[in-house]
Amino acid sequence: MAATLPADPALRKAREPGVKPADRPPTRRHNAPWADTVFSFLAHAAAWFTLAMLAGIIGSLVLGAMPAIREYGLPFLWHSEWDPVQDHYGGLVMIYGTLATSIIALVIAVPVSFGIALFLTELAPTWLKRPLGIAIELLAGVPSIVYGMWGLTVFGPILATYVQQPMQAAFGNVPVLGTLFSGPPVGIGILCAGIILAIMVIPFIASVMRDVFEVTPPMLKESAYGLGATTWEVVYKVVLPYTKTGVVGGIMLGLGRALGETMAVTFVIGNQSQLDQISLFSAANSITSVLANEFAEAGDGMHRPALLYLALVLFVITFFVLAFAKVLLMRLSRNEGARA
Amino acid sequence: MKFHPIRLAALATALSVAALAAHAADQVTGAGASFPAPIYGKWAEAYHQATGNQINYQSVGSGAGIKQINAKTVDFGASDMPLKDEELSTSGLIQFPTVIGGVVPVINVKGVEPGKLKLTGTVLADIFLGKVTKWNDATITGLNPGVTLPDATIATVHRADGSGTSFIFTNYLSKASADWKAKVGEGTAVNWPSSGVGGKGNEGVAQYVQRLPNSIGYVEYAYAKQNKMDYVQMKNQAGNFVSPDDSTFKAAAAGADWSKSFYQVLTEQPGKDSWPITGATFILMHKVQDKPGQATASLKFFDWAYANGDKAAADLDYVALPDALKTMIHKQWETLKDTAGKPVALK
Repeated sequence: MAATLPADPALRKAREPGVKPADRPPTRRHNAPWADTVFSFLAHAAAWFTLAMLAGIIGSLVLGAMPAIREYGLPFLWHSEWDPVQDHYGGLVMIYGTLATSIIALVIAVPVSFGIALFLTELAPTWLKRPLGIAIELLAGVPSIVYGMWGLTVFGPILATYVQQPMQAAFGNVPVLGTLFSGPPVGIGILCAGIILAIMVIPFIASVMRDVFEVTPPMLKESAYGLGATTWEVVYKVVLPYTKTGVVGGIMLGLGRALGETMAVTFVIGNQSQLDQISLFSAANSITSVLANEFAEAGDGMHRPALLYLALVLFVITFFVLAFAKVLLMRLSRNEGARA
Repeated sequence: MKFHPIRLAALATALSVAALAAHAADQVTGAGASFPAPIYGKWAEAYHQATGNQINYQSVGSGAGIKQINAKTVDFGASDMPLKDEELSTSGLIQFPTVIGGVVPVINVKGVEPGKLKLTGTVLADIFLGKVTKWNDATITGLNPGVTLPDATIATVHRADGSGTSFIFTNYLSKASADWKAKVGEGTAVNWPSSGVGGKGNEGVAQYVQRLPNSIGYVEYAYAKQNKMDYVQMKNQAGNFVSPDDSTFKAAAAGADWSKSFYQVLTEQPGKDSWPITGATFILMHKVQDKPGQATASLKFFDWAYANGDKAAADLDYVALPDALKTMIHKQWETLKDTAGKPVALK
């Protein structure tokens, strides 16, 4: 226990057993013996309440989805027809839409966020650091519907005219790329939703990355600079290894937000529950957008259970993403210990 | 004499609570379809001014409206899709129409003058099925001699959310095309054939159509008119091409036989001027009323609206019901009973 004692001899003396500080508050403990119990109960209750909420959400999702789970079972996950008229449902298109848009978002957002964080911590002049950092944090507070409206009215047409049509003209006949870029070039679709999501998660990832980059001890960085390392080498070989736990955490935070984003995606994904080609341009549906669109009007039969089944699937996906992140972080920190 | 401030506040609170309690008796709540929400809102406002009674209408969608009236959380439900008679009897509901509206195919094609393009139900179904993919397809140009149509892919736009508008539209396509009926069918939400995009709400579809070149979609007439969108002439059952407006909706409504059942979908109605994609919107109420006072208050509102609301309906581009139908509705109201079996009095 000696290691936890303060270095200052005076302080150490005060904490050693048997030595009473002169001005200890004398009677408080006797006045309210129940205060500790109440406080401890409240703290316990707060923690357990959260867990109970979680269990309640899972329980009500499973209960609501039960008819669909019984009817379709696991094949629900890889069947793609979504037909409210025949009352027959499969979730493949929505699951694909959710995963594809989130992956596109991360592919774009991670390098950009890394660049932003690198610029803010290593390259930006001091007078620029604070305003720029605050501006990026403000972006995280913009309501998602604003991104959705902007994506639909401003970004979509630009994407259609200046990206999709030229790309189709250039790659339309190339075997694999042609399939990726087929479909009507209308601007809205999986690609557009992915890009809008990227713009939405960049502030989250970038601000976490900047925060963790900043806690890298200056001594480490200065030593590396002293050895003649370039800025890139310092960031890549010193800062990044030192902060990788936080960086992975930030990316997962962004992924979690991308998976669950509803309003902006609903605006720009095209809301089409059929997908017969794996094209980035075609309209699709995500789990969240189909829930937003169809839940209020879902009629009798399997429609509502099928939607709840999809919600459960999203819950499980998010759970696995977070679990995967935790495992990754644990392995990273274990490796660090081994290396030390 | 001086009032103590606290006592004054207490008095004021007591008074306002009393006022609220007195008010609550005349408050009626309804929920459902979003298509008639503007006119219900307008009627409720005018009704409040005329009588002091309050009507709260929540525009939550037809499906949710049916759910809420079944759960008895509201005094009346509203749906754009009429319930079949057997559904009504199993859930113990009655339904009656309030206003009539039309669904209009709208296009965004360069070089086509507004309202000049002519389509038939079969061609419209083939477009939404993805069988006719170009605007200069022979089936379209054959109907439109003299109109220059571009060699461009048709982008179809449909409602992403479940909606009564979609029900009326798909009901029409099912009547017009056997292929549509077999492959897609009718409903508030259907499995839209591929290559289209879905917009949320009438405004979502309107926005997509205005923005996407060479697109075609369908919206309520009011949206088409207010947004000055290019509508399409449709061929009706009598073989005439008609444009959507009040008179063609009225003609379609006149053809329907309401006397046997209020389950009437006004698509493909006979009559030389009938707009083929017309539909009424409906109110749902319980046959046996737990709270006869609330039922009376609801009926009073609709009675007032039928008598005084036609002008407001026309201003908002809805079509009022024919007088004969209003009489039938009044007759149907007499079947409403309270739990003791006594008829619910309108007055």
